[in-house]
Amino acid sequence: MASGLYIHVPFCRSKCPYCGFYSIPSALPMPAWSSAIEKEILLYRGRFGRFDTVYLGGGTPTFLDDPTLSRLTNHVFTHLVIDPNAEFTIEANPCDLSREKARRLRDLGINRVNLGVQSFDDRTLAFLGRRHTGADAEKALKRLRRVGFDNVGVDLIYGLPGQTQDGWKETLDRALAYQPEHISCYELTLEKGTVFERRHAEGSLRPVNEEEGRACFLAAARILGSAGYLHYEVSNYARTEAHCSRHNRKYWEHVPYLGLGPSAHSFDGRDRWWNVRSIRRYASLLDAGLAPVEGRETLTAEQMRLESLALGFRTRRGVDLKEVASASQSAPLLSRLEDAGLLTIVDERVIPTEEGFLVADQLSAAFS
Amino acid sequence: MNHIRNFSIIAHIDHGKSTLADRLIQTTGLVDERDFRDQILDTMDIERERGITIKSQAVTLPYVDRQGRSFELNLIDTPGHVDFSYEVSRALASCEGVLLLVDAAQGVEAQTVANAYAAMEHDLEIIPVINKIDLPSADIDRVKEEIEIDLGLDSDDAILCSAKEGTGIGDVLEAIVREIPPPSGDTGGPLQALIFDAHYDPFRGTIVSCRLFSGAVRAGDRIRLMHNRAVYKVEEVGLFRLNREPKKELTAGEVGYIISGIKTVSDVRIGDTITLDSDPAPAPLPGFKEVKPVVFASIYPVASDDYRSLADALEKYKLNDAALVFQKDSSAALGLGFRCGFLGLLHLEIVQERLEREYDQSIIMTSPTVQYRFLLSNGEEVTVDNPVYYPEPTTIVKGMEPYIRASIMIPERYMGSVMDLCLARRGVNAQFSYPTPGRIEIRFDMPLADVIYDFYDSLKTVTQGYGSFDYELLDYRESDLVKLDILLNGERVDALSQIVFRDSARPRALHACEKLKDEIPRHMFKIAIQGAIGGNIIARSTISPFRKDVTAKCYGGDVTRKRKLLEKQKKGKKRMKMVGSVAIPQSAFVAVLKTDKDS
Repeated sequence: MASGLYIHVPFCRSKCPYCGFYSIPSALPMPAWSSAIEKEILLYRGRFGRFDTVYLGGGTPTFLDDPTLSRLTNHVFTHLVIDPNAEFTIEANPCDLSREKARRLRDLGINRVNLGVQSFDDRTLAFLGRRHTGADAEKALKRLRRVGFDNVGVDLIYGLPGQTQDGWKETLDRALAYQPEHISCYELTLEKGTVFERRHAEGSLRPVNEEEGRACFLAAARILGSAGYLHYEVSNYARTEAHCSRHNRKYWEHVPYLGLGPSAHSFDGRDRWWNVRSIRRYASLLDAGLAPVEGRETLTAEQMRLESLALGFRTRRGVDLKEVASASQSAPLLSRLEDAGLLTIVDERVIPTEEGFLVADQLSAAFS
Repeated sequence: MNHIRNFSIIAHIDHGKSTLADRLIQTTGLVDERDFRDQILDTMDIERERGITIKSQAVTLPYVDRQGRSFELNLIDTPGHVDFSYEVSRALASCEGVLLLVDAAQGVEAQTVANAYAAMEHDLEIIPVINKIDLPSADIDRVKEEIEIDLGLDSDDAILCSAKEGTGIGDVLEAIVREIPPPSGDTGGPLQALIFDAHYDPFRGTIVSCRLFSGAVRAGDRIRLMHNRAVYKVEEVGLFRLNREPKKELTAGEVGYIISGIKTVSDVRIGDTITLDSDPAPAPLPGFKEVKPVVFASIYPVASDDYRSLADALEKYKLNDAALVFQKDSSAALGLGFRCGFLGLLHLEIVQERLEREYDQSIIMTSPTVQYRFLLSNGEEVTVDNPVYYPEPTTIVKGMEPYIRASIMIPERYMGSVMDLCLARRGVNAQFSYPTPGRIEIRFDMPLADVIYDFYDSLKTVTQGYGSFDYELLDYRESDLVKLDILLNGERVDALSQIVFRDSARPRALHACEKLKDEIPRHMFKIAIQGAIGGNIIARSTISPFRKDVTAKCYGGDVTRKRKLLEKQKKGKKRMKMVGSVAIPQSAFVAVLKTDKDS
């Protein structure tokens, strides 16, 4: 199977207080980053074979100025083997999507846009530190359609303090009005090193409890399910099989992927390695002709198995029955979990149900 | 022989026995200041930590008295716990006298009395020593009075000392020389040596500690163990200094060691008599008995693949502990393991702790039980020390369980609560005596089963640490015994079954259900915990499932972290036992046995 290419764009106009991905709130190091990425691309020329997905993530990739973005794209297509039918995704902030910007993205060959909507409620957006309003997001969605994007994803967040079930359902309904091909529903997570994490530790931020989180999760599954969406991963829904994120599935199915840019992770089928986080170190290592790699691991067969469990129970694809059979007393455990309505066994695969998704981490631990 | 003195120090726990032994060793110059470690005789870590002696040890102290005469003082250390009372009796049989150590603040306690009586039975010279006189709470007059009244000893002879401060140690040494008679015995007679201890040395095999009552033994002799009927060739004999000191021969009156190619300590019976194969003594020394375990429990490896490693560890452990007996056992719930017999609850705890600490085993130990007897309708009487073998109930004519005589010494103000405790533990035939004003000795006949079930801890709690306790085995008495099973989601966990007195079954079952509810983590499904007698459910509790535990995002950068978490969980699971689909932590098996401290 062809590989995936990820490029990390570590720049934002401002930091969101919940986001744990590496980025800096400044455009100043962009030129240094840009030329460093080009060097890193050259390091991997001839490796990883053909790529059938390209994913620009961040950070805020739409924060890149047009020349930088097109130079990067040219470089990628010149030096790496990209399938002509590749899925080419960019993560976008609604603020950045003027009509011209949307057109230019399309003209660069980008055929999938994942929009960081998070919510349509302005108070919620303010709480999340987002610079856009619900109306901005709706405008962006319309523009994307107008310039011809037929593969649009929407990111939403639930489990916010004070958010009601009704508020969450309304957010889902408003997203559905645009018939996005893909919807990600993320429960608010307190990531390490974020403002929210600090506020939680100080006691000024209290996320929802287990039952409320469950209710939001199940509401999304019900509402999106009845709208025809496939719940193909814990937090991800697609309108059809073809609209499941081809790129993200590579992470979940142990398909090789190359991650470029600071803090990006790569996997070649056996080894996994990850880049340094700091842009400055990233750039200076590449200047010295060195791979900007911070750490590396070679996976043992057992580690691969554990990952298959951890990842498999998060997806509708599930886990190969053979992978769980080696766990002690797996047969009675399977039937007990089936009885509890957490999984089903179909065609020699163990498939989590909606309730099973809710305890996916435990499912993998139970068979580890 | 006139220059030899053989003596032991006997005391209630914590009255300072090890400290006094250390001080004697130090004062006689056997070891210089630099090499001095506290509690030199207690070499095992656990002994040091718990402040108790588990194995007897011996040491020969060179001493020059105030008149300039040279002596060899053989100090034979005795184990300080009722579980090891037979080993104590053999050590005492090897002496002519004892130092009876009494804490100047605590006074005479239950074990002081028991030990003093044991010394009297062996006709030993008893020198009362009042220790810890430096304590502000020391009350020497009161302690002297207790020595007179409780023990019937002349307290004018009592020596005052503080082993900690080093005061009075010279007086103690002088009294040993003056009061304790030298050993007697015929050096020319046939060899009779009493084995009072044995320990294992990885290089030399079993080192036998013995006291010679007649004859002599030297390297090259062929010796015979009279009860074992085994013959060995002596490789080396010698004295215990701090290390072994080889000697040409050991003669009557002396205390020393014999190395003779004996592989394990289990080949040696404590209390056996060593004689010469060529010129055997007409009869062994008196007092020998087989030590029999009274408390039984099974040990299983937490991970079933560790069975071999546990087997090896037990074999190695057994090299140095003849009192532990074990045989293969298997449980539907816990897989392959071992059924073990122990001298008592402390012995059990020591074995468990040493297997975990010194032999690096992760083990699960099932509820300790005593040896029950059942008379069956076909006239047969069966002995059952494992709930698994509880007979078919319809065939039982009557059940019997072992009783002990408990002796408890307490300040009078705790009498009410101790009475309540003993009666709750089915104590009968209460007897009281008032040795000194303000103190009371209570004696009860009690089922051993109720004593091993956390009795000592409860006693300490209700008496705020002031109660002391000692017991001896009495006999078997008729009892209405049932088997209590614990079921998890309808599946019986055989390792949690217990044989209990019928009236105790329901409270025990409720207790077990509540404890398991606290100890077993939530699962992805509901867990029903039930206590049952036969098909009759007599207690239950439920663990509700947790229903959400998943992280929202899992992309390229999260996979490694996720796997590492899983690896950690997997490791944690190794310390859990899977029964059906329920993971039971090791701690749950222990928790079921413990009563709540506040109840």
